[in-house]
Amino acid sequence: MPGRARILLWSAVIALLILLPPVAEALKQTFYIDLLRRVMIFAIAAASLNLILGYGGMISFGHAAYLGIGAYAVGILAFHGVDSGWMQWGTAIAASAVVAAVIGAVSIRTSGIYFIMITLAFTQMLYYLGMSLEVYGRDDGMRIKTHSQFWGLIDLADPVSFYYLVLALMLASLYLVHRLANSRFGMVLRAAKSNEARSRAIGFSPYLYRLAAFVIAGALCGLAGALLANHTAYISPDFMHWTRSGEIMFMVILGGIATTAGPLFGAFTLLVLETLLAGWTEHWQVYLGPLLILSVIFFRRGLAGILPGARDA
Amino acid sequence: MNLALVFEQLLNGVQFGVMLFLMAAGLTLVFGIMNLVNLAHGSLYMVGAYLAVSAIQWTGNYLLGVLLGLAGTLLVGMLVEVVALRTLYERDHLDQVLATFGLILFFNELVAMIWGRTALYTELPSWLEGHIEIFSGSRYPLYRALVIAVGLGVALGLWYVVTRTRLGMLIRAGASNRTMVAALGVNIRLLYTVVFGFGAALAGLAGLMSGPIYAVQPGMGELILIQVFVVIVIGGIGSIRGAFVGALVVGIVDTLGRAFLKPLLGTVLSPTAAEAAGPALASMLIYLLMAVVLALRPEGLFPSRGT
Repeated sequence: MPGRARILLWSAVIALLILLPPVAEALKQTFYIDLLRRVMIFAIAAASLNLILGYGGMISFGHAAYLGIGAYAVGILAFHGVDSGWMQWGTAIAASAVVAAVIGAVSIRTSGIYFIMITLAFTQMLYYLGMSLEVYGRDDGMRIKTHSQFWGLIDLADPVSFYYLVLALMLASLYLVHRLANSRFGMVLRAAKSNEARSRAIGFSPYLYRLAAFVIAGALCGLAGALLANHTAYISPDFMHWTRSGEIMFMVILGGIATTAGPLFGAFTLLVLETLLAGWTEHWQVYLGPLLILSVIFFRRGLAGILPGARDA
Repeated sequence: MNLALVFEQLLNGVQFGVMLFLMAAGLTLVFGIMNLVNLAHGSLYMVGAYLAVSAIQWTGNYLLGVLLGLAGTLLVGMLVEVVALRTLYERDHLDQVLATFGLILFFNELVAMIWGRTALYTELPSWLEGHIEIFSGSRYPLYRALVIAVGLGVALGLWYVVTRTRLGMLIRAGASNRTMVAALGVNIRLLYTVVFGFGAALAGLAGLMSGPIYAVQPGMGELILIQVFVVIVIGGIGSIRGAFVGALVVGIVDTLGRAFLKPLLGTVLSPTAAEAAGPALASMLIYLLMAVVLALRPEGLFPSRGT
């Protein structure tokens, strides 16, 4: 019964995530609350990329751009004394959507390798823009003094409240992407991925569908950026570095491309692996690199692919 | 802004352009023939630079060190092809991007382990120092002029090999129809390894020539790699002619932008605004150029006619 297995798996994952903070606090291991919060923020970013990469077949190698725009929206508004979370996060999402619309409008005209490179190049442009913003710390980045304020409804300075907010937002994001992918809209997107000529022949022009998905993915990743800025209380152009785009992409693939839970598994595995390796040796990337290569060569369906019922495609 | 300065910056642009071309030629060949997106091409550039630095120190002879560095990069390139990349030719671009991304992490950290993270600088032998006078009042560093000469020489050699030799014929045939070439009895695997090693050696050449001009440090390959992507997207992927034109255009635009955009903006904007916008705009210039080219010609300036 794949349906029942799936419900069981989801219940277990959600229960574990809910139980983590009290357990970690009881054991005085609050580090894990921080780690898991970071994992879930990246799961949102990966879920947004999964929408265009997994379901839409658009290999965007510049998804970190929206992470950066979301973070800079929060940081810049906070710098000018606007603490309202509604304003900050709203701006983060809107700005990411607008930038995604511009990048998407140009990039989606191309395909294949050109698409990979042009999305990379646009992100690189934004990276250099961040590097040259004198007022906002250039390549050093800048600290954010106050967390986003939500009329006292929730206090993000409290790690546990912030954790539960991120958990709720992540579950909502995974559900949103799941619903989108299985809607009529998602079907057109997936049809265009598997056979563009045929989907044109039955009367769909993929361009606008792809652009819409690209904008939604950008906006969602902008939200992840706003969360990340609050998580680190810090912004820097490094959020937009191209290796960050590669990491998010790898989370999608490692977790299982075009699966609902894949982004969470991928983000969890990669970030925990990085943390473990980094605690063990300074030169952890020497080990991570070959692990990535091996997993690409031998582990094609991703983590969600080996779990029973986790695959919904 | 006098004419001699403009001329010197123009030459610097050409010098940067030929280095971009050395990188782009290998990358575009590998993509054209094996349909492989190789992000790790920048790592070979870095490996070339480091191997040459070490070999020059070890032998004490500049030319010998350069030759050893080149040979070393060729070997590293062929090794990478045989060990890691061979299995990826039949995969989609996504898998190739991810696997070669893993290679980058590996090489950057490996280099940092062996040589450390601080930047190294190559010492030039005395016979390469000094300036040459191109016309009266304009002095240009001899080494940079030599880089231009080597780059143009390689371009010429490459043109000869690709259009006039049997190997070049196989390369062109492989780019337009791989299956057919294999069916005609050509050892396509060997051809792939040779082409990849060849591309790696060109990247290594660019890397080791960059040593005395830019800093040799971990991650140096990615800085130039992304600019090389811009070059081959502008030129048209798979086309060596496109890579050559694209490389010169990008090299000149980037160099002139960095040198003159700020003073130019200063004539229309306030000095503080120009101070802030100039460098930002200069580093974004080539990406804007690429976006314009792609918007007008999505296949690049010289689309290759292969499949």
